[in-house]
Amino acid sequence: MGLLKKRKREGGEIPTASMADIAFLLLIFFLVTTTIDVDTGIGMVLPPKLEDDVEPPPIKERNVLKILVNETGQVLVEDQPSAIRLIRDEVKKHVLNEGVDPRYSEAPGKALVSIKTARQTPYDAYVGVLDEVWMAYFDMWDSEARRLGFPDYATYSAAVAEQGAENQIRDKIKAAISIAEPDKQ
Amino acid sequence: MASSHFKKKTSVKQEIPTASLPDIIFMLLIFFMVTTVLRETTVQVRTTLPQAEALTKIDQKRLVSYIYIGPKKLDGNRLGETGVQIDDALVEDMGSVRTIMYRKLIEQPKLIVSLKVDQTSEMGIVLDVQQELREAGALRINYSSKREIPS
Repeated sequence: MGLLKKRKREGGEIPTASMADIAFLLLIFFLVTTTIDVDTGIGMVLPPKLEDDVEPPPIKERNVLKILVNETGQVLVEDQPSAIRLIRDEVKKHVLNEGVDPRYSEAPGKALVSIKTARQTPYDAYVGVLDEVWMAYFDMWDSEARRLGFPDYATYSAAVAEQGAENQIRDKIKAAISIAEPDKQ
Repeated sequence: MASSHFKKKTSVKQEIPTASLPDIIFMLLIFFMVTTVLRETTVQVRTTLPQAEALTKIDQKRLVSYIYIGPKKLDGNRLGETGVQIDDALVEDMGSVRTIMYRKLIEQPKLIVSLKVDQTSEMGIVLDVQQELREAGALRINYSSKREIPS
């Protein structure tokens, strides 16, 4: 007891016993307000605004794979009735055609996929189609990466980014997806 | 010999040292402080997100700006017509999407616009918003969707 009094006189101390409690309170506040979940979604880059006097570059008809989604979510691929689950293979055939089939593209670098919807098309039908088109590209990138001796495309792109080299797969198979305006009604 | 040694030990009063407890708590606290994004908005439209497989993650939450599109939530669990919401307010005039997003783009040149669209919405309004985003120059978009549960 006498020892304690002596110490106090020398130069008081801040009581640190409640420190943990204060920190706990703050911790609980931030625990409650934190949202850990990462946002996921399908990434796209919109085409820049067209200037009035500049014509869009001409594209050969055969290089475009036209996908049309109507009001009820039914799908036309190149004017033929199709289904959402068939789109993936159709896109792969189109992109990797290398000029063999005259209905499909000339080269992977020139291939283009155009998705057109009506104004009344439900959003989930559009996302379903877009998802399949992206999955087709993901599959193609994966098999291309395996050909180069990587387990998958994610490993390849990470390795390329680390070396600062050019991503050859992305250069070869460009994900060219265009969202067309619906027809005026 | 060994048992006597053990007995001796148990007779000593043992306590867990609590001196480092505040430090541990502070470490956790700092972690959560850093990861927290405080800006929360009340969403006035229903956004049931579609499911998709070809997902990419948005790691940098600070680059993201959200646009909500879906049926308006009305009193008594009813749903109204489709509305567009940016930040805290519903956008009445489609043309103001352009000015709002243009201002955001100037503040954050690497802006990613995350479109949280209800799966029952029609494409017309989504395309109108996209047209406005093109006009504003905010070209990086992300159709927010949930991971597909494999059936």
